[in-house]
Amino acid sequence: MTTIDLKKNTIRELNEKLQGSSPGKKFIVNNTVGKHALSVGLTKEIDVEINGHVGYYCAGMNQEASIKINGNAGPGLAENMMSGEVRVTGNASQYAGATAHGGLLIIEGDASSRCGISMKGMNIVVGGNIGHMSAFMAQSGNLVVCGDAGDAMGDSIYETKIFVRGKVKSLGTDCVEKEMKKEHKDELGKLLEMAKMNYSVDEFRRYGSARKLYNFDIDQVDDY
Amino acid sequence: MCGIVGLFIKNSKLESQLGALVAPMLSEMTERGPDSAGMAVYRDPNERGCKITVLAQQVDFDWANFEKSVSTNLSVNKFFVNQNHAVLSLGSSINEVEDWLQSNWAELSVTSAGSNIEIFKGKGNPSDFIEQFDIKSMTGTHALGHTRMATESAITTEHSHPFSTGQDLCLVHNGSLSNHNRLREKLRRVGVQFKTDNDSEVAAGYLSWRLSEGDDLDEALNHAIEDLDGFYTFAIGTKDGFAVMRDPIGCKPAIMAETDDWAAMSSEYRAIATLPGAENARIWEPEPTQIYSWKRS
Repeated sequence: MTTIDLKKNTIRELNEKLQGSSPGKKFIVNNTVGKHALSVGLTKEIDVEINGHVGYYCAGMNQEASIKINGNAGPGLAENMMSGEVRVTGNASQYAGATAHGGLLIIEGDASSRCGISMKGMNIVVGGNIGHMSAFMAQSGNLVVCGDAGDAMGDSIYETKIFVRGKVKSLGTDCVEKEMKKEHKDELGKLLEMAKMNYSVDEFRRYGSARKLYNFDIDQVDDY
Repeated sequence: MCGIVGLFIKNSKLESQLGALVAPMLSEMTERGPDSAGMAVYRDPNERGCKITVLAQQVDFDWANFEKSVSTNLSVNKFFVNQNHAVLSLGSSINEVEDWLQSNWAELSVTSAGSNIEIFKGKGNPSDFIEQFDIKSMTGTHALGHTRMATESAITTEHSHPFSTGQDLCLVHNGSLSNHNRLREKLRRVGVQFKTDNDSEVAAGYLSWRLSEGDDLDEALNHAIEDLDGFYTFAIGTKDGFAVMRDPIGCKPAIMAETDDWAAMSSEYRAIATLPGAENARIWEPEPTQIYSWKRS
């Protein structure tokens, strides 16, 4: 196990050390004080535990690595993640998990606006609430929300599945509530288990695309 | 991009350290705004009269001559110069002093007016600003600071924040307004004066106008949501505290934190992390269009 103290080491030194590590190693990062771009671009199966709040773009582009943040995360957490797991024990700011292709992002607290915007296959589990415009143009993967959702959830959504346990303030264009079938309950159950969130799948509702924006509609020509 | 910091002291024992606490916060926001910086400090109330901060454009302005002129014509409680600014605590009303300055010292511009507020600002790196104005030694009840990265108008001291929005009121802004030209013309027609082509000054002018129309601060900010088009996180300094509001889209960042000793806001947590006890503070992100305010009880 290697401990990296950001009072002594620069962000560049931290990222170089993590990126250059061989698989199976464990790292602890201390004294983060809201610094940006911590633990980004990792490609190996390593464990990173970050103690303290982090700034912008933590865990961006993550592949294979498992990153745990004991604190809150600033904007752009786990942007464009490809695989692996990122867990935040506190809250996450705007656009957590944006454009991410794979892996699991767990936010134990609340996520702010635009959570999962344009997500392309990752799974996100939020223990608390999500802010407005979440899952905007979300393409695939799952967004699980154990609390409430803000305004315009799932606006212009493609094929991401959204599961919400609490209230949804409003749905965005082309996002509708859908039937919760057995296959959805099974998938949701697995995600809740992986995220260690102790809720029954029966408490959730499912939302997704009405697929009315997929094709050009001649009756809406005046809207363009 | 710009950086905002605000610090409100709850434990009066820390008032003597206001500047020492807020200077590292401002310094931490340097990358967000390296071209100019400014600070509004609330301290030493002059209730029986007014306190005015004036700014001179000339580097070699003759402050001694100005001080002589002020003390001959007005009743002076306190006068001090800090760089190219001077703070005048006077026995007269704000209107009298502003009229007198306009008639006799038109080359000076007023950066703040009220009983507690003082505003200092300048172009250049925030760390130079902190050094030159000796921000670390300042005492007071609360302060708002700004680091500017100009995106829509020139880099001058007058374009820098905070902007005065009325007596003991000031505004700092992170964001950009898209309807500021038209709104400036509209406000000019109702008598609001502007010194620059800066968009944030229009927001300040707008709030001044709403307040002069009888709105309280919350009402003025709610009207601003309707009439200002663009992105903004605003922090507004008041005599007793400060308020924070983000636009309906909430693109521009803001983070707030509170302990038993202080309440703080900033564009980023790393500025708040410089404060004592930040690691155990209650921390949250302000919701769009919600007004958050602290007041001295």
